[in-house]
Amino acid sequence: MSIHSTRRHLLGALGLGGVALGAAACSSSDPFAEEDGAGGGSSDGGGSADAGTIVVGSQAYYSNEIIAELFAQVLEKAGLTVDRQYQIGQREVYLPELESGALDVMPEYTGNLLQNYEPDAESASPEEIHSALSEVLPDGLRLLPFAQATDQDSYTTTSDFASSNSLTTIADLAGLKDLKIAANSEFEVRPYGPEGVKTVYGVDVTVVPVEDGGGPLTVQALTDGDVQLADLYTSDPAIIANDLVPLEDPESLILPQNVVPVVSKKVDDDAAAAITTVIEALSADDLVELNRRSVEEQASSADIAKGWLGEKGLV
Amino acid sequence: MNGNPYLEAFAWLGDPTHWSGPSGIPMRTLEHLGYTVLGVAVAALIAIPLGLFVGHTGIGKGIAVTAAGAARALPTLGLVTLFALMVGIGLTAPMLAFVILAIPSLLAGASSAVESADPATVDAARAQGMTEWQILTRVEVPLGMPLIVGGFRGATVQVVATAMLAAYVGNGGLGRYIFLGLGSQDYPQMIAGSVLVIALALVLDLALLLTQRLTLPRGTRPA
Amino acid sequence: MSWVLENLDVIAGYTGSHLLQAIPPILVAFVLSLPLAKLANSRGWLRTGVTTTAGLMYAIPSLPLFVLLPGLLGTGVRSPLNISIALSLYGLALMVPAASDAFRSVSRDVLGSATAQGYAPSARFLQVELPLAGPVLLAGVRVVAVSTISLVTVGGVLGVPSLGMLFVDGFRRGILAEIGAGVVLTAVLALLTDALLVLLGRALMPWSRTSTRPRTRARPRTQAQTQPQTGPQTQAGSPSPAQSNAGRQS
Repeated sequence: MSIHSTRRHLLGALGLGGVALGAAACSSSDPFAEEDGAGGGSSDGGGSADAGTIVVGSQAYYSNEIIAELFAQVLEKAGLTVDRQYQIGQREVYLPELESGALDVMPEYTGNLLQNYEPDAESASPEEIHSALSEVLPDGLRLLPFAQATDQDSYTTTSDFASSNSLTTIADLAGLKDLKIAANSEFEVRPYGPEGVKTVYGVDVTVVPVEDGGGPLTVQALTDGDVQLADLYTSDPAIIANDLVPLEDPESLILPQNVVPVVSKKVDDDAAAAITTVIEALSADDLVELNRRSVEEQASSADIAKGWLGEKGLV
Repeated sequence: MNGNPYLEAFAWLGDPTHWSGPSGIPMRTLEHLGYTVLGVAVAALIAIPLGLFVGHTGIGKGIAVTAAGAARALPTLGLVTLFALMVGIGLTAPMLAFVILAIPSLLAGASSAVESADPATVDAARAQGMTEWQILTRVEVPLGMPLIVGGFRGATVQVVATAMLAAYVGNGGLGRYIFLGLGSQDYPQMIAGSVLVIALALVLDLALLLTQRLTLPRGTRPA
Repeated sequence: MSWVLENLDVIAGYTGSHLLQAIPPILVAFVLSLPLAKLANSRGWLRTGVTTTAGLMYAIPSLPLFVLLPGLLGTGVRSPLNISIALSLYGLALMVPAASDAFRSVSRDVLGSATAQGYAPSARFLQVELPLAGPVLLAGVRVVAVSTISLVTVGGVLGVPSLGMLFVDGFRRGILAEIGAGVVLTAVLALLTDALLVLLGRALMPWSRTSTRPRTRARPRTQAQTQPQTGPQTQAGSPSPAQSNAGRQS
């Protein structure tokens, strides 16, 4: 959409009140269809994907973008045209876009996606989660096989705090006073959040919200001693770099979060097979290393993906 | 969105369990108010003396206008995230950003307050043998008080609407409801948080408007 | 720094979408504020109402508005159109009171003379009233422009492409240069737009070269001296939004 047509929409919507407002809303046949410029940082020409183009999306999370880029590059290798739409904020935003066909491929995580459809889903093995997920997924969406690579939430602490309180599992936290955990604010209401850990392990924690998705500020809060715990993703290279200890979860409070592609109907068997080659090769250590290159070397997702796919002989 | 999130937001606000405890509405509102007052107060300590000086002497006016313009153009979200990565979680990072946000309005209010004094009045004061300090404190500041308070009004409304960003980097305030609602798709909670921010902004704005009227110098008040 | 150099294409893409989202609201706010301000000035109670509403709108935190508008408009959350509409509302909240002040700063006597000289109402508006209100209007537009360009970044939190995406991504990856680039570029865009508006003002209003500087002593005093009849409202009211409400950012 050009500036001019955007302006026309705006003038209509604002100037003529309800009727025009309705018209402006209807003029885009699909409310979640792509508008101009929504194509992330990629230099593609704009959103209108033609029939042969596969639209690959990613969450606003660098690690997810790298996985999306892996998919994008093998799809291109398979001769398909790819439109990259990275760094989309919320699951509630991109899932409808997947269903409507505005997006075709999205890297997801098994446990969180299942809980999106079934908030009360109990923890289980990766295989069980995957099959439960394929049952609840809405029509039009297809689940491909999951990777060994996992990126799950964790109760992580420093090695000092772990050794001075002899901690190995989350259960060992029971009885410790004034425990604070740095996490994204929604951790507060997640099944494995303060309420869950209280019920399952008898542990009391208070959430200190840091909205960087377990990023450097969360890690810093932990290493500075502002908090005793942090909700870090297990693929976070900061865990190794800072000698941090993710506490074990013997009661399986936290669902497995294996990397899994969710695709639209437009992704045919050939395209799915291309994506699956990435999934089969992606180990947990690989994911940590990919992430490390992103945060430590500040490499772009395109370069990281190219390097890894070359190493594995996939492109 | 299922149901009507706007109506559900009011149900959320009416729920008594949301009105008590450390994460209850009174506590969060107090925190939010505290961040706002602190941010504006620190900014005022810098901007008011500077604005009065620039307004009275005209020295550094160009620099002050340019700096204030540049400060206005800085995106607060960027400042908060940048400062937080430098100094860690806590109040320091958002407070720095709020102070930068509040300075331009306060500076403009203070300098235009001094400048708005009628030159004839100022000359008369000078002719009476007043020192420059006396002219500033007894003539220009009292006459321009409504504009100074106006600067506070502008700064306060901006900071109160922005103070939700404190919750982005490990603090409290009404932003907690907004980010929690956003992150967990609990839109009623997010709307409720926004409504509380708007209400707080309104109360502060009205209080300052009243102050502005009360500070109108007697001679210029309408009969 | 190296991050910036290696990602110039990403930055350029975000800068482009940033401007696409920012420019329409600035234009919309300006164009719509003129009739709305004229309407508001025609009735005292309407003016009070408009000013109050504008103040209220200004207090709405932007992030929630960006999330909630799509539900009302039927646009997608990630649609830049949605951001542009929200920013138009903020722009109007700043611009309508500014335009209202601008038209009030035009002396009634001058307008009366114009009518006496045979100007038709539309010609009088375009050739007399609008140019005379121009300097104060310009000051208002400059504030709207800077504020809008800054506010676009908030959409980055939702994944709407703009320079704000650099904050979110840089924050998560701990890349200071990425956030810094976003902050500096946003400020540069804002200041460049501001400078362009000043130049535009000089070209369109060559007679007002000295008064295109915003927020000088000119405004409060002009009102007090040339329009004594405006009385308490002007005196006790806030300094123009150009002075007080400028540049809300969140």
